[in-house]
Amino acid sequence: MRRVVPVLAILAWRNLWRNYRRTLIMLLAIGLGVWAMIFMAAVMRGMTDEMVRNGLHTLPGEVQIHQRDYRRDPSVVNSMAPPSGALLQALQQPPVVAWAARVRVPAVLASERGSRGVTLLGVDPQAEAPLGSLPQELVAGRFLSGADDRGLVLGASLARRLETGLGKRVVIMSQDPHNNVADRGARVVGIYRARLSGTEERFLYAGRSVVQDMLGMGGAVSEVAASAGDYRHVAAWYPRIAAAAGADLEVVSWTELDPFLDTMLGVQDGFSLVFMVVIFLALSFGLINTLVMAVFERIREIGLMQALGMRPRLILAQILLESLFLLVLGLAAGNLLALLSIVPLESGIDISGVALGMEMMGMGNTLYPVLALRDMLMSTGVVVTLGLLASLLPAWRAARLDPVRALNTT
Amino acid sequence: MNVTWLLAWRNLWRHRRRTWLTVGAMVFCNVLLVFLISLQLGSYQMMIDGTLSAFTGHIQIQHRGYLQDQRMRQSVPDAALLAQRLREVPVVDSAAARAEAFALASSEERSFGVLLTAVQPHYEPRVSTLPDMISQGRYLRASDAHEIVLGSLLARNLKVGPGDEVTFLGSARDGSFAAAVATVVGIVHSGMDDVDRNLAQVPLGWFQRVFAMGDRGHAIVLRVHHLDQVDAAVAALRAALPAGESLVVLDWETLQPGLRQAITSDMASAWFMYAVLIVLVAFSVLNTQLMSVLERTREFGVMLALGMRPSRLARLVAMETGLLGLLGLVLGIALGALLTAYLGHVGFTYPGMDDMAARFHLPARMYPRVSLLSLCWGPATVFVGAMLAALYPALRLLRLRPVAAMRAA
Repeated sequence: MRRVVPVLAILAWRNLWRNYRRTLIMLLAIGLGVWAMIFMAAVMRGMTDEMVRNGLHTLPGEVQIHQRDYRRDPSVVNSMAPPSGALLQALQQPPVVAWAARVRVPAVLASERGSRGVTLLGVDPQAEAPLGSLPQELVAGRFLSGADDRGLVLGASLARRLETGLGKRVVIMSQDPHNNVADRGARVVGIYRARLSGTEERFLYAGRSVVQDMLGMGGAVSEVAASAGDYRHVAAWYPRIAAAAGADLEVVSWTELDPFLDTMLGVQDGFSLVFMVVIFLALSFGLINTLVMAVFERIREIGLMQALGMRPRLILAQILLESLFLLVLGLAAGNLLALLSIVPLESGIDISGVALGMEMMGMGNTLYPVLALRDMLMSTGVVVTLGLLASLLPAWRAARLDPVRALNTT
Repeated sequence: MNVTWLLAWRNLWRHRRRTWLTVGAMVFCNVLLVFLISLQLGSYQMMIDGTLSAFTGHIQIQHRGYLQDQRMRQSVPDAALLAQRLREVPVVDSAAARAEAFALASSEERSFGVLLTAVQPHYEPRVSTLPDMISQGRYLRASDAHEIVLGSLLARNLKVGPGDEVTFLGSARDGSFAAAVATVVGIVHSGMDDVDRNLAQVPLGWFQRVFAMGDRGHAIVLRVHHLDQVDAAVAALRAALPAGESLVVLDWETLQPGLRQAITSDMASAWFMYAVLIVLVAFSVLNTQLMSVLERTREFGVMLALGMRPSRLARLVAMETGLLGLLGLVLGIALGALLTAYLGHVGFTYPGMDDMAARFHLPARMYPRVSLLSLCWGPATVFVGAMLAALYPALRLLRLRPVAAMRAA
């Protein structure tokens, strides 16, 4: 057997190039198919990553801790004491790299021209910064200097709608724990821009202690958010936080906070696989056709080889090797093409023409395709496995030829 | 039937297996295209209908700039009267006036900022499907009393039900303080979280008093009988609007720009996949036809020597491809229509779809719809692709020299 394989390989390789036109066309088709598989997977991966990034940006921190009823009823009534004891200890240990406690309550913001419903975030800028939860881009003014900064930072689009601006006074109204309306005048000290305009209209930033004073909630907060750097590995560490938090608090990871994002990540590989299989099925007809023709042209030759004592198994192996060479060459071409086409695009494709439509899916206006080794391996796996399976039929037929009849065909 | 066609048909069946494999590739691709395009067109229609019938209507008339800034003062004067007049415009199916303002809503236990929408209780059900989604109590009646209908999640958050009172604080049109009390009469449950969390509807007359709006509104919402009539209606409405007022007529694409763009981007990514499939099938046809031409070189040489013109040979190959393509087209459309009609009847779903669907106001189960366009679009493109692919083998024949061809191995 050890001596046979090289011979078979040489035979298969030479046979492949006997009809070079057919082989080249098939190579082109496989290459194109593989390129399409990887390209589509890269775009899809890029979209999902972007959605998750944007999603996590609007609910920063991969793990959030709330009072048990807060998520169902996000009111100031359902606030929690700031972390202490075991929970504080757990938050200060690795793998947690950053955490922040904030007040997050529904409120109404009124200028002299109008009013809007918003989500008021009472934050401590020093703690939030490492979480990446603060606005990335300020278009005017400054961000809050600390938890006791008396100013307000609001989104550009909210400011426009309320006809207010930097340095103007506005009024925030919200509910205190006894359901009295608490209101407070404040000056706009900064205006930010967000990736999604929905975010800009919804979130209003104020100093945490100032909000706590206004609402009369003492040191209590609405939520604690924690991050360990990589959102993909949250399942590994959040149970520990949950254990430390005790029964009165609810600890949830982002996968539960936004199930849509989680589903997207979950089905993404499935979608890629389905797409690859569909593309391959379209290819497989041509592949089988090529092999059927190759066998057909060589019936007499195969008959002769059998008559000279070549075993059917080896004929089967030879045809399969021929198919394998074709597939591997096509894969190499497709992967190279994918590499060459995706790498220059990784800095982003401008899709601002359809930005509002993409925003419905939680995307910004640039698409960043991601070339992942995983997708390349997946396409290789699909093509080689299904390709060899599809080749079995013509190869099997060739191996079962009756030498006498085969030699006599014209 | 002419001899060349007969020849082409017979040539096709010289290698039955090869022909069937090539037809198979086309049929596979066509069935897939028919199904996917039916699904796409069907879901776009549902997306448009679902979104428009719940919120925006087909067309709105607003003050210039209100769409961008939604300022209280960008109002439509004499709103109820204008809606009344526009109902007379022939293409308009129904029209209703609305107004909006943000306010802090407080119940006994809770306070939330809400967007109050003022509607004409009698006409609103004719422009929107939300009034039909009452799960408790009743919808507003044609009085201008202090009644309010809330979304189910908002009602839960405020901890109120029918019969309870809700207090509102906001700023009126003239900048003064607006405060009022309304009684909850009904709860709307639409199943769309966004709607159920935000919906708060009050009668227009009451709203106009509380927010010092006089007889003004913020929008006239219009429906036409069919989506195709929107353009005609926009033109008719522009002509019917009182001159001198700074009112604008906005169609649904302007009101919901995201909707059209979501469709466009989905279309683009889908066509990437379709194009790849079609090109792969074209390669398959190219391969088959090139092989079939090459193996007949000697035969073609003889035919040329006997006096057949090269252009006729090229036509023969084109006809063979045409027949091949036609076979794929007919079988593809038939099988595709069957599959799509079946799935359109029983519906189907895939994991993760309900979350995705909810974002675009789609039901969680999909029912693709067969139409002439969705049936023919994909297969016709495949057919054209196949014909283009056969150009090269057919054109090669024009350069064939009889003697050299007959000597070919």
